[in-house]
Amino acid sequence: MRHAIAAVALLAALVLSGCASAAAAGAQEVTIGFRYSKFIPAAITVPAGVPVTFTLRNDDPIGHEWIVGTPDVHATHRVGTEPYHEGRATEVTVPPFATRSTTISFTPGTYAFICHLPGHEGYGMKGTLTVRAR
Amino acid sequence: MRRTLITLAAIVLSLMLAQAPAAACAGLIGSNGAVNLGRTTTLAAYHNGVEHYITAFQFLGGGGQFGTLIPLPGIPSDVEKGGAWTLQRLIRETEPQVFRSLRGAIAAPAAADSAQVILEKRIDALDITVLKGGAKSVATWATDHGFRLSPDAPEVLEFYAARSPIFLAAVFDGDAAKARGQQVGDGTPVHITIPTPNPWVPLRILALGKKATDRVDADVFLLTDRTPTLMPGPRDGLGLLHSAPATDLLLRDLRSDEGMSWVPAKAWLTKLRIDAPASSLTYDLAVDATGSGTPSRVAAGLESPISPVAPAPAPETWMLFALVAVLLGAPVAASLVRARA
Repeated sequence: MRHAIAAVALLAALVLSGCASAAAAGAQEVTIGFRYSKFIPAAITVPAGVPVTFTLRNDDPIGHEWIVGTPDVHATHRVGTEPYHEGRATEVTVPPFATRSTTISFTPGTYAFICHLPGHEGYGMKGTLTVRAR
Repeated sequence: MRRTLITLAAIVLSLMLAQAPAAACAGLIGSNGAVNLGRTTTLAAYHNGVEHYITAFQFLGGGGQFGTLIPLPGIPSDVEKGGAWTLQRLIRETEPQVFRSLRGAIAAPAAADSAQVILEKRIDALDITVLKGGAKSVATWATDHGFRLSPDAPEVLEFYAARSPIFLAAVFDGDAAKARGQQVGDGTPVHITIPTPNPWVPLRILALGKKATDRVDADVFLLTDRTPTLMPGPRDGLGLLHSAPATDLLLRDLRSDEGMSWVPAKAWLTKLRIDAPASSLTYDLAVDATGSGTPSRVAAGLESPISPVAPAPAPETWMLFALVAVLLGAPVAASLVRARA
């Protein structure tokens, strides 16, 4: 009897620790899926002043890009001609079926993330990043 | 004897073959990289279990390459140059006062597995490739071959691949077209023969690459053994312009065109016109070929061929289930231990 109760308690403890661990990881790690030329989720909130690692997973058979920034940044990219984005943490090209990661620290505010490949923003491939002061 | 000639709908979707690295930022090309076509015209006929797609691919000028992807209901037994006047003759039959040239007669793709190339053929300046694969593999093939797919392509290709894994890619070699003396607007008719028990006319693909408010303008001719039952029926944006027995003269004219000897002695002619915003064209045209009067909702794209499966619970939900099961199971386990003791 004692063994049975101990086993149950151990299982419960494992389950609970799994939940807690996932919740803690969610604060600074964000996964964004690309599916049917949409960002999932399209609205994200992260804390300010801490490194946030974004895992960008493209499940589409076409390439996409994830560019986060202020309206000025997006205005520039709407008329830009760079075929690929690399070297800047806030601008990431993600090939078909590929996954990329980038780590960024933000100041408080609201930012947009958009795919600036032709037609993609108009199709709805955009989202909002809210950065809250800690 | 049953004759079902289905006329059909043309699909053409023009996708630019990227000449240079595909533009990453906006501004290098037109919207979505797709070519906005004029009205497209296609005949799809169904007779004795064989569907005949006849459509024309229009030369748009320039030395570049343009491609088109067409979903097909089955594996073609043949792809050949179409007759010279079939499409024009159908237009004249239903619009006798106004003869129009086929101005946009271009009716008409992980870790993915590779698409299987089933057939390759050169017709004039057109390179035709029939592919078998899922949406991912066909899209990968298209990308590898220089197609720049529009942002709606992943969803649209999956929409079609769920019902048939067969796609036809037609690539216009602009340099070859010019060398052949083809003028801008000239169409190359292509006749696709597809044995299939399940004919349908792809309409949604006509909206591929278009903005939600762009118009889709297409004529769809159906030639069937009997009065067809369609799904969906006429509605806003899908008008029924003609429905009558095909005249003997028309059938004789069609039969006399190249590769058209299969045209039966009697048939029913239907003409549909699509004039709708791209956002509303979310369906295909199912044509009942059995005479039962019940076209398939799946063939019309109104219903998924895959049985709905309950979505898997999120990991957190599983953990809660496990926790509840463990807690509920404790008294049972205790009883069992007690009983054994």
